[in-house]
Amino acid sequence: MPTSPSSPTPLHKRKAEKVDRLAELMGSRTDEGRASGIWIDAFRRMRTNPMAITGAVIVVVFVAVALFSPLIAHYSPTSQAWGDEVFPNRNEFVGPRAENWLGLDHLGRDLYSRFIIGARQTLLVGVVATLVGFCFGALLGGLAGACAVLGGRWGRRVDNVIMRVIDMMLALPTLLLAVTVAALVGPSLTTVMLAVGIAQIPIFARLLRGAMLAQGNREYVLAAQSMGVRRHKIALTHILPNSMGPVIVQSTLTLATAIIDAAALSYLGLGNPDASFPEWGTMLAEAQRFLSTAPALAVYPALGIIITALGFTLLGESLREALDPKLRK
Amino acid sequence: MGTNAPLLAVEELSVAFGGRGPAPVKAVDGVSFSLEEGKVTGLVGESGCGKSVTSLALMGLLPDRGVEVGGRALMQLPKGPEDLLVLPQRRMRDLRGSQLAMIFQDPLSSLNPVVPIGRQVTEILKRHRGMRGEPARKEAADLLHRVGIPDPTRRLSEYPHQLSGGMRQRALIAMAVACRPRLMIADEPTTALDVTIQAQILELLRDLVTEEGTAMLMITHDLGVVAGLCDDINVLYAGRAVEHAPRAPLFTEPTHPYTVGLLGSIPRLNAPRGEPLTPVRGSVNDDIAWTDGCAFAPRCDHYTMDCLQGPPSLVERDSDPGHVHRCVNPIGHAEVVDRAVLDSPAVVGEEEDR
Repeated sequence: MPTSPSSPTPLHKRKAEKVDRLAELMGSRTDEGRASGIWIDAFRRMRTNPMAITGAVIVVVFVAVALFSPLIAHYSPTSQAWGDEVFPNRNEFVGPRAENWLGLDHLGRDLYSRFIIGARQTLLVGVVATLVGFCFGALLGGLAGACAVLGGRWGRRVDNVIMRVIDMMLALPTLLLAVTVAALVGPSLTTVMLAVGIAQIPIFARLLRGAMLAQGNREYVLAAQSMGVRRHKIALTHILPNSMGPVIVQSTLTLATAIIDAAALSYLGLGNPDASFPEWGTMLAEAQRFLSTAPALAVYPALGIIITALGFTLLGESLREALDPKLRK
Repeated sequence: MGTNAPLLAVEELSVAFGGRGPAPVKAVDGVSFSLEEGKVTGLVGESGCGKSVTSLALMGLLPDRGVEVGGRALMQLPKGPEDLLVLPQRRMRDLRGSQLAMIFQDPLSSLNPVVPIGRQVTEILKRHRGMRGEPARKEAADLLHRVGIPDPTRRLSEYPHQLSGGMRQRALIAMAVACRPRLMIADEPTTALDVTIQAQILELLRDLVTEEGTAMLMITHDLGVVAGLCDDINVLYAGRAVEHAPRAPLFTEPTHPYTVGLLGSIPRLNAPRGEPLTPVRGSVNDDIAWTDGCAFAPRCDHYTMDCLQGPPSLVERDSDPGHVHRCVNPIGHAEVVDRAVLDSPAVVGEEEDR
């Protein structure tokens, strides 16, 4: 094949000239300098989407609160300074007052401070667990998917092995899997994050692989093959970007589940060994005992979890929409 | 390469699906044709007659499981002739895009929706010509310009959904010709486009063939396209060629009843109002095995007992050696003379340019 850059031999000179002249006259602008990455475009679109803004505001507030919680909290979250004012046995609780904005919990600790400090813990567990699940899940699923679509006989074998392992993980209920991991490693905060994250791996892996298989049957993959594009490039630049949408949405949903799963683990005594340290899930679990007498104790951490999960979901959903070229204008 | 051998000689190509099943389905059953540089060869037939499978087999894009490919497809490559059907995948990948290229039916689904047009074009330049960065971008713009896309530099950063149908097909053609392939396969390139755009795209393809000396295999069910573009035509039925002839004799003196039926089924503007269309009756499923006789016999108005005595063979017409048909009772010409098809818009567009 001649590699010399072909001098443009206009196939229908006259016509092309006419077309160019017309384009010129119509004043169409050639905005070359404009950056046009997918993500930049997506960001541009999300700026005008109220759903995205709502989600982003919630997430930003949550993250800010979590990061600066020691500055925002009024008291130490573990100090039982008002222990002599609360008598759970006699149904004597202290509600919101000027001193304690959200009241006191069953041990006489400031609920507001615990809630604020708890956000940090919750964010950490949710994000790390989701990252663990996302990274390993996407890695395994992406590898399996790429192998299945383009790999020939060996690829199908690799895909088979990976997916059977994933199937085994999927066969165990998420929480049971997390409990098993936590029990094996020993209770600590790292364990919780790791356990919840590992339990999310199969979902990500299956989701990505499935999306990649679906994309692999699309005509543009055949077209890319017909142009002789290398297999790893087809997998990386053609199939993978088109398959990421559902995985991104899933990761925002997983953040919410991870928070809840982490709470459950803490509740079962497999979380942070220091039970006095606040975490929304632990607070929820503790408040359960007083649900009939002091429901407010459960309402605050529950609201925290719900609003945070909603924020991440809204953000993820609008991100998916912004990344979906079919919905672009 | 100074020989006068055709660029690609396909001999007895057969493709059967379903290796382990009870009986493999023969999608293509001994098709032979040859492609020459600067010429367009048509492959015509209704859905399911093996047109697309033929093209995929030549490109080496059929799945590697459950498919049985037979025959030979000898292509004159720079380093001498080679059989495309037995080349290892690695070699085929190098040839695809550089020596062979394909244009698909639906331009929207053939372009990656999340990658800008420019990157999809430069990807091929990078792969086969080692170009990257600014030169590749400039070459891509030149390519888009050559295929008649106005304002190509701006189009480079646009996504497929931002282009019109005709533009998309032009962009795909630009990708196909990016490395000046010697052989191009167009698999129903105009089916998804409306009629005025069809004519433009056909004109563009015609120009590419004449100016670059590319050999083109045009796969279509649209006889208007064939009439406007193809030099040589193969009519397929149930996986076998039933008639082969240059353009003029095929349209003026078709001999196989299937070809005659296809030509007769074209709706006509000058037909009296309210006159029903004349289809080829039955469907492509109503066939018999070629080994038992003529597969078209159940749908044929002219069949006799002779048609059901073993496979009919391809024979040349006495009066016209280039005209071959697979029929025991060929139709004598003078029955159908079809000027109407030759006057279709596709042809008009082409003549205007000369």
